[in-house]
Amino acid sequence: MNLGISAIEYIHGIKNGTITAEEFVAKTIEHIKKVEPKLHAFLSLNDNAIQDARNIDKKIKSGQKIGALYGMPVSIKDNICIKGGKTTCASKMLENYTAPYTATVVSKLQEQDATIIGKTNLDEFAMGVATEFSAFGPSKNPWNTDYVPGGSSGGSAVSVAGLESILSLGSDTGGSVRNPASFCSIVGLKPTYGLVSRYGLVSYANSIEQIGPMGRRVEDVALLLNCIAGKDIHDPTTIDNKSQDYLSGIDAGISGKKIGIIKEMSSGAGLDKTVESVFRNSVSSFEKLGAKIDEVSLDMVEYTVATYYVLTTAEAGSNLSRYDNLRYGYDLDAEGYEYKSYISKARRNFGPEVTRRMILGGFVPSAGFAGRYLLKALKVKSKLKKQIQEAFSKFDYIISPTVPVLPFKFGEKIDDPLAMYLADINTVTANLTGIPAISIPYEIRNGLPVGIQIHANSLQEKSLLQAAYALQSTTKLPEVPL
Amino acid sequence: MIGLEIHCQLTKLESKLFCTCKANYREFEPNTNICPVCMGMPGTLPRLNKKAVEKATMIAMALNCKTPHNLGFFRKNYFYPDLPKSFQITQLNLYGPTSIGEQGKVSVEGKDIRIRRIQIEEDPGRLIYEGSSEKTAITLVDYNRAGTPLVEIVTEPDFDNPRQVRIFLNVLSDLLENLGVSDPTLEGAMRADANVSIEGGNRVEVKNIGSFHDLEKAIHFELTRQTSLKERGIEISQETRHWDDKRKITISSRSKEEDQDYRYILEGDIPWVIMDEKSLNAWKKNMPESISSKKERYVAKYGIPGQVADVLSTDKYYSDLFEQAHDDSNAKEIANIITTDLMGLVDTREKREQSKLLPKHLSDLVSMINTGKITKSSAKSALQEIIKTGKSVSDIVSSTGLSKISDEGDLGKIIDEIILQESTAVEQAKQNSQTINYLVGKVMQKTKGKADPSITLNLFKKKIGI
Repeated sequence: MNLGISAIEYIHGIKNGTITAEEFVAKTIEHIKKVEPKLHAFLSLNDNAIQDARNIDKKIKSGQKIGALYGMPVSIKDNICIKGGKTTCASKMLENYTAPYTATVVSKLQEQDATIIGKTNLDEFAMGVATEFSAFGPSKNPWNTDYVPGGSSGGSAVSVAGLESILSLGSDTGGSVRNPASFCSIVGLKPTYGLVSRYGLVSYANSIEQIGPMGRRVEDVALLLNCIAGKDIHDPTTIDNKSQDYLSGIDAGISGKKIGIIKEMSSGAGLDKTVESVFRNSVSSFEKLGAKIDEVSLDMVEYTVATYYVLTTAEAGSNLSRYDNLRYGYDLDAEGYEYKSYISKARRNFGPEVTRRMILGGFVPSAGFAGRYLLKALKVKSKLKKQIQEAFSKFDYIISPTVPVLPFKFGEKIDDPLAMYLADINTVTANLTGIPAISIPYEIRNGLPVGIQIHANSLQEKSLLQAAYALQSTTKLPEVPL
Repeated sequence: MIGLEIHCQLTKLESKLFCTCKANYREFEPNTNICPVCMGMPGTLPRLNKKAVEKATMIAMALNCKTPHNLGFFRKNYFYPDLPKSFQITQLNLYGPTSIGEQGKVSVEGKDIRIRRIQIEEDPGRLIYEGSSEKTAITLVDYNRAGTPLVEIVTEPDFDNPRQVRIFLNVLSDLLENLGVSDPTLEGAMRADANVSIEGGNRVEVKNIGSFHDLEKAIHFELTRQTSLKERGIEISQETRHWDDKRKITISSRSKEEDQDYRYILEGDIPWVIMDEKSLNAWKKNMPESISSKKERYVAKYGIPGQVADVLSTDKYYSDLFEQAHDDSNAKEIANIITTDLMGLVDTREKREQSKLLPKHLSDLVSMINTGKITKSSAKSALQEIIKTGKSVSDIVSSTGLSKISDEGDLGKIIDEIILQESTAVEQAKQNSQTINYLVGKVMQKTKGKADPSITLNLFKKKIGI
């Protein structure tokens, strides 16, 4: 049995009786047990997965109405809640936290008869680009385990790239779906802000983050988006998408479409030469597909990383302050503690990156500094939004490499936060402006994946997925060396 | 100068501000009126209670405030055990007017008290101490209240003296009750802090004041304290002081609350609420008639005396009874029976809650008085019985024999008895006609007020020949 089939192929297999959900899930778990010691994609596995798949098979056999996912294995980033199970956010602070309710996206997947296979690794509270900040150890890049898988949804990307799951849900605050998708050579989409419910996603920077679908094929990601998008009463920021079907007509092509190359993301000193060369190849492919290519300059991009870190740390400082070693992560003895000693120990269960961002988050919105940092960042954000809208008055899509650098080795950037933060330069714009963006695997160079990023205007996911599908059709990628 | 910050719970709402738990947290065992949202569990999001916006807008309108075009929420970040998320969702006019109301005014005895701002916010949970908060060994937390809807009303420092403050708070309390947004008589439903300063001194904030009565005392104490410091040439420092309920003094707060930096940021989980004309007009239309308009109507339409109309209109319980019981023919009598007889019988919230009295009882009573079936004083006895049992007026009158005694034969027998018992008074009455009232009174006493007073008087006069 080939675990590397696409979601669409899986559904065909179920429909024509060549596979059953139970067989596929059992095989997947067998494979997980084999590769996990090497990859460490998961923080926990669903012990009932095979039983769940068996129940779905029964439904299929008895001719009952069956959901769109037919029992296929889907992994979930461990900052998304499932009732009764642990949701750790890869943090010591939530090591023993059991969620009392289920996230809307997970409920929707369950309604569509997905088999939840397990919870995936991430940088602690989704802060990082390498999963190196997981309190439970990093995930490894299946293409070369000396290299990071990207982050923060690194475990999700590894589970999909490593054939441990067909689909996965990650979350993207500044590139956390697209970055590991690029590093692990899979497809990852950051939807329009508000298209997917965040209810049950543990907040990091709530005003810009979204849950995003990940898969090995563009059509798989479209299928998963179909299952999770739309209005949710539990999340007032969600948008009614009128049950749009992102999968139908995905092969429409992009002949005649106008594409802008974002100058500030696709050239310059910070861009790796290999990445640049792969990107040039993708531009030729777009041309061959009949698109009209031009360059577009967004001069605000220069300030986006600084803006991103000001806004996200301010929100993180607020969102994470409830994790105080009292309500969560209580690790003092039964006698309690003396008040002053508590203050010095509070939040010691956070790892180094979360601690760094919490300290920044206490600073940037504080009296006397808010004007210099937070308010300035909000100004850049609104200027950037204007520039993006201008760009979309001329172009259908704007493109760039997903990450300006190749996957790096463990430990290479962990002690240099600024270098690490600069890896976000191409991805944060979509979060700051709320627009959708997707990363498509384009080439493997010297054994390391390079992804291409396409942005579309707000709520233009259908068109965005058509462009991604078209680009995918021009690629020929090797099999992952497991 | 005195200014106030008043917190008022919207106790008439069904649910909390951001979840479906009950706004009326008082009826629950500790920590049973809670859910993942109001407990701030990871991943939960607030869902704004639209009714809270409507009710708070009504308060803003009633206090003559401007309402914003876009309503926004902010996070006030601070650590305290009763605050589940470690931030409170509140409002702020940081980027222009986005809180529910601003720049209003209320007239108190001819003086305008300006309202600076009104905001919607969530109440935290409650800490329960063993003994006093200073000496407690154990502190318990009850989150039933966490997330219940509050409105904070901030005045300009427009009060001249503590008395004005008290009158303002009474006016405000009546207004909130009349709007049907809050029951200010519930414990903790209305709480106020005061900012007090005198000329040449800094502003002092006084917190932790349990009742309006104590608020008046606390302000008085603070004014006296500041004046005496000034007289002795000691600087009045800007600080927060706590009201000591036992010693009835203010004491300097050890914590530097005024120095706390709340790091306000926009609450991105609640989208901006567009306050469109259509909703605003609809809410305005739904607002109950104001107290002053009621009073004017009672005087102008029914000829009810000003003082009676005043009492009737300011108390929502009485005015609701009146509105439902009266028609054009009996309004004055209904008003009368409420403000003279009923008032002493239902003067506390407990009595009102237990009372079985319905508006129909009042109109029935008045019609029985008007048709001569019972006396006014019997009506009062009947009221007591109605409040207790809720029985119909006719049942009570027939079963307890409250119907008026106007039969001359029956009355004659009673009068004969009185004449025998009160021979001295009878002799006096023959000399001094005023004494006859004493004798009629004796008859009323004997009949428990059921005797028809005018028939009794005439019969008495006839019997003793005056």
